[in-house]
Amino acid sequence: MNAFFSYDPLWTQTLTMPFMRNAFLAGLCIALAAGVIGYFTIARNSAFASHALAHIGLPGATGAVLLGLPVALGLGVFAVGGAWVIAALGKRASEREIATGTVLAFATGLGLYFARMSSSASQQLQAILFGSILTITPSQIVGFAIFDVLLLIVMAIVYRPMLFSSLDEQVAQAKGVPVGFMNLLFMTVLAGVITIAVPAIGTLLIFALVVTPAATAMIVTNSPFKAIVVATLLCLVSIWGGLVISTMFPAPPSFVIVALSTLFWGIAKGIEAARKKNHRA
Amino acid sequence: MTSSGSLQEESCIVGHDIAIQRGGHTIWSNGTFSIPTGSVTAIVGTNGAGKTTLMKAELGLLPLSQGTLTVLGKPAGAMNDRIGYVPQSYTSDIDSSLTAEQSVLLGLTGTRFGFHIVSKKERAKAHEAMQFVGIDDKASYRLSELSGGLRQRVAIAQALVSDPQLLMLDEPLANLDLASQRTTVHILAKLNKELNMTIQVVAHDLNMLLPILTGAVYLLDGHPHYARLDEVLDSHLLTHLYGTQVQVITTPQGDMFVTPNADTIDTNPDMHSSSDVAQFHHHTHSPQSSDDLREGDAQRGEHQ
Repeated sequence: MNAFFSYDPLWTQTLTMPFMRNAFLAGLCIALAAGVIGYFTIARNSAFASHALAHIGLPGATGAVLLGLPVALGLGVFAVGGAWVIAALGKRASEREIATGTVLAFATGLGLYFARMSSSASQQLQAILFGSILTITPSQIVGFAIFDVLLLIVMAIVYRPMLFSSLDEQVAQAKGVPVGFMNLLFMTVLAGVITIAVPAIGTLLIFALVVTPAATAMIVTNSPFKAIVVATLLCLVSIWGGLVISTMFPAPPSFVIVALSTLFWGIAKGIEAARKKNHRA
Repeated sequence: MTSSGSLQEESCIVGHDIAIQRGGHTIWSNGTFSIPTGSVTAIVGTNGAGKTTLMKAELGLLPLSQGTLTVLGKPAGAMNDRIGYVPQSYTSDIDSSLTAEQSVLLGLTGTRFGFHIVSKKERAKAHEAMQFVGIDDKASYRLSELSGGLRQRVAIAQALVSDPQLLMLDEPLANLDLASQRTTVHILAKLNKELNMTIQVVAHDLNMLLPILTGAVYLLDGHPHYARLDEVLDSHLLTHLYGTQVQVITTPQGDMFVTPNADTIDTNPDMHSSSDVAQFHHHTHSPQSSDDLREGDAQRGEHQ
């Protein structure tokens, strides 16, 4: 029984350890990036693409370990490359689902193949698949922070045209919004966000940070900007809450983060269903 | 919204010998027409005749393979900020949490780069547009909560908010119930009368639009033609156009109907005599399109 559910009475001490501080800071950076991109990911029907990009990044990550390069570099290069290919295929998700899914499966297999070619890559495979937020280093956090600043600047500049092209591509195009460029930019930014979110939660669980909080936020808010703010907060609460809870009751942080994110979404869905019922009554 | 009657030119859209190709095959060609400013025109033709293609060419979204197309006095695409566009896709499962007001506002602010907050003036403008189409009370509703008819009015308000001179709608009546169709037609009539807006509509069913149409661009035998409504409302031409037997019927009240099967309607069919038909057939406003008609017939003859 205890093996499943145990309480660590020294959890407050654990929380003050340097690796914990790093994890909290990384969580803040990741929540900001995931929250900003999440709304657009859903508005553009690109939720599946975000899931796929993380998987396409997998062979990049394990391949980088094989070559002795940083995991984030390999992951980033593969994710951005995959993003550009998906962007080139066009925005219509329904048309590219099969192509994306096929490439996703192949990439995952390739990631496994690279991982099996060296013992160090093999050891890192689980961390890449499921994340290891507790091993994030201060230099990684600096990288995350720089990425966040760039992301916020870019998104502040393109916010409205990006929104217009995401929600109403045909009209936006007629009105002169460069929709092709917007699509490329979005996919590139998405690849970047995934690259920094994978260390925390892993390629398999990325959906829970990029898409799920934004979906929850879209249910409880009624404007894109509010949705982005709420999604960021939900992301932050999931990650920080996950860290605290997994310290109190020793469990993999990734699991608790995903569980919280899913719980919030479930609650919002419940509220939405009740609201619809009231509308009808 | 201001009246846009200041335009000097008589013609709003002028095509000269235009043709378009997609995927290596010609959709239509030899299009020479001139659509007057202040008119309400329909683009009509069978499925796949290239109606939407023509509208997209007029918006400069698809390149012509031949000819010149002038819209609002400039090459197609150059004046798009003066054009309101309502694509057909507004009905295609917009599962958006966006509110009607925000959607309309995008018509005003959606093209602007850089950070800026929506001003009171912009918000007032959006409400003015929503009021015009009668959805002001739905401003805070999410698009996903609105019916197809209301969502379409949101799309029209979004197109109106930037004070266009020309409004283009792709199949605005498709997938709407009768009441919503009437409302849409009423809104279009009001826009045309009160704001002197030139309106162009892609439509496969003319009946609902007949009371407000002043003319039509019909895609026949691979060529776009323009004709005033009295020239278009001709059984022979429409039969030829739709490839199925079509009659034009006038009720005792003076309402006109286009129907594929006149026998079941208890009115006096307004059947043209054969000499009239021949007249209609060769009677066109320009020699160019007259030739096209004959060519078309000749081609049809060859195929049979």
